[in-house]
Amino acid sequence: MSVSTPTDIAEVKERNRALIQEVLEVYPAKAAKRRAKHLNVHEDGKSDCGVKSNIKSIPGVMTIRGCAYAGSKGVVWGPIKDMIHISHGPVGCGQYSWAARRNYYIGTTGIDTFVTMQFTSDFQEKDIVFGGDKKLAKIMDEIEMLFPLNKGITVQSECPIGLIGDDIEAVSKMKSKEYDGKTIVPVRCEGFRGVSQSLGHHIANDAVRDWVFDKTEDKPAAFEPGPYDVAIIGDYNIGGDAWSSRILLEEMGLRVIAQWSGDGSIAELEATPKAKLNVLHCYRSMNYISRHMEEKYGVPWVEYNFFGPTKIEESLRKIASYFDESIQEGAERVIAKYKALTEAVIAKYKPRLEGKKVMLYVGGLRPRHVIGAYEDLGMEVVGTGYEFGHNDDYQRTAQHYVKDGTLIYDDVTGYEFEKFVEKIQPDLVGSGIKEKYVFQKMGVPFRQMHSWDYSGPYHGYDGFAIFARDMDMAINSPVWKMAPTPWKKDDGDYMAIAAE
Amino acid sequence: MSLRQIAFYGKGGIGKSTTSQNTLAALADLGQRILIVGCDPKADSTRLMLHAKAQDTILSLAAEAGSVEDLELEDVMKIGYKDIRCVESGGPEPGVGCAGRGVITSINFLEENGAYDDIDYVSYDVLGDVVCGGFAMPIRENKAQEIYIVMSGEMMAMYAANNISKGILKYANSGGVRLGGLVCNERQTDKELELAESLAAKLGTKLIHFVPRDNIVQHAELRRMTVIEYAPDSNQANEYRQLAEKVHNNSGNGIIPTPITMDELEDLLMEHGIMSAVDESQIGLTAAEA
Repeated sequence: MSVSTPTDIAEVKERNRALIQEVLEVYPAKAAKRRAKHLNVHEDGKSDCGVKSNIKSIPGVMTIRGCAYAGSKGVVWGPIKDMIHISHGPVGCGQYSWAARRNYYIGTTGIDTFVTMQFTSDFQEKDIVFGGDKKLAKIMDEIEMLFPLNKGITVQSECPIGLIGDDIEAVSKMKSKEYDGKTIVPVRCEGFRGVSQSLGHHIANDAVRDWVFDKTEDKPAAFEPGPYDVAIIGDYNIGGDAWSSRILLEEMGLRVIAQWSGDGSIAELEATPKAKLNVLHCYRSMNYISRHMEEKYGVPWVEYNFFGPTKIEESLRKIASYFDESIQEGAERVIAKYKALTEAVIAKYKPRLEGKKVMLYVGGLRPRHVIGAYEDLGMEVVGTGYEFGHNDDYQRTAQHYVKDGTLIYDDVTGYEFEKFVEKIQPDLVGSGIKEKYVFQKMGVPFRQMHSWDYSGPYHGYDGFAIFARDMDMAINSPVWKMAPTPWKKDDGDYMAIAAE
Repeated sequence: MSLRQIAFYGKGGIGKSTTSQNTLAALADLGQRILIVGCDPKADSTRLMLHAKAQDTILSLAAEAGSVEDLELEDVMKIGYKDIRCVESGGPEPGVGCAGRGVITSINFLEENGAYDDIDYVSYDVLGDVVCGGFAMPIRENKAQEIYIVMSGEMMAMYAANNISKGILKYANSGGVRLGGLVCNERQTDKELELAESLAAKLGTKLIHFVPRDNIVQHAELRRMTVIEYAPDSNQANEYRQLAEKVHNNSGNGIIPTPITMDELEDLLMEHGIMSAVDESQIGLTAAEA
């Protein structure tokens, strides 16, 4: 492996362009032509990253994407803690997505909260042939009997439901009526729909609109709205992210009336149209419902970023600008309060991380949002890409986050990612569990940036301290000194260690 | 003699079940041992053999028992006219579930349980058009080898026949299925025989038999009987016996069909003067407008 560390920006761009050509060369002509559109070197001043996105993956390239069911059940609906989410169809989809995201929540599992449990209709041959409607109705009855404190049910459709045309809407309506108007939400998130999990987010958002908002409009408000009510949208509370975000909003004087959807509840969803402002973290998965609430209920929304002190400060001030002076003062108070903490974190870790290069490949918002946190530690993101981003994600990335010459790879393939990392030799790769061991075996430090590698939270000031520690732990672990092959003479480090 | 595996396809309502049961009854009269597999959720492919609509279909019994693995062959096989063995796949009521998957499940069950042992003919009676993979099951590998398409001189029946030929073509090379021929069930449309013959020629096959329209079929149907059984000496019974004879002697004469385009099909109708030549400017105009 050649280690090239060009310092001049023109050299970097040239190397990255050559690298793109190199990976494209191994593809058949047609595949190369298609993949070429998803790879680019970012040019400063451009309005987007210059890549095509949200397009069907090419068969055989080992895409890292998920499906619409993953987007609805796994991301949007799954974390709603007091509802029971039925994986409707054969057993596998529910089984293998069981508790796969670390959506923390408060409650007594199996009594009033159900996030880490798995409910499936476990389709058999006869359910396919004769339809699964009766079975679905029976499951709902059993849920009512076994878990009487549940606050609602969702039906997360797996592929066969769309093929055999089961009328899950009719079953949901019938059972809702039977249980005194209980919220029962049928979600048409069959996995074959769309090109990635992204459509599942959209479908799930639409289901909130149609089956939660539209059904509760006439109900009396369950709470007294206040002047400083905000809802956190698009925070899934991975490792407690939403909690370390919420305290900052509360300390500045806002009242958080809902968390969507990490540690969230159906009552919080229902209350949200009465918020004064929706603060949106994961734009990709929840911009749809935020736009809907703006249009229909006049609730404005603002995007924010709680990774790293620079972006947190910026975001707190931006959120505060929607409120009066007391909140704006509150924001400054919060920023001042955590100044000492962030300075201490930076003082400790920046010397150990300064100048380290990072390559990212994640979903949702993270391919751009975490860049600021790395930069706060003196690190540099040299490559990034989205699993299922759309052009509006790449616009935000280009306009606010990446620097000139950054390598951009949309829906990266297994081969491309490996090759890019091999040639660029970053000091850290941040991606998912499927990528982790590939890169660690290559001797490259790695952090899972979906699950925080079972650590976290990474959001907020508290999260930044943990983030900094984790990145240091990965990059500066002594284990990497043991990685070079002992019988290769030029790997001097290992020999030196062995000689000691 | 090796097992003959045949299937009757055709547009819905064309008379597949009636034609096939009468033909098979005549074959039974010739001493052939026959199994009929009904692949229609309505489960009426063996009604004339059993003098009753089959109640115990494979899929209904499987649903009761839990799964198809819990069934025995004897549970689902009924004996009808001249010891003809009858099974019905059955399936969901209209509008729910997946009948196509049901056909696949049923046929696999029959094969695994040796339903095809000690018989000369197995005949599949399949609903309407080949709407999905499930209903194409009988023409796939190791299933029906000869397909007989029941049609008439009506445009849509011919259209369906052409579509079914496309399905046969698709599986002809992988599984060895062949088109045995067309059977025209007379509807008394204009120049029906000529049309049927020229469609057969276009598809590269032949019109096996032209079954004239006779009300006696209706009389027999009302008694849940084939004409062969109800009125063995009638002309119509004789027609079916001729058809049976032709099918019996048609072994190995099947062909890979050459389906035609919709335009060619329309041209065919024009050639025979059924449709007067229509140029593009008249498409979509009502009779009054044109």
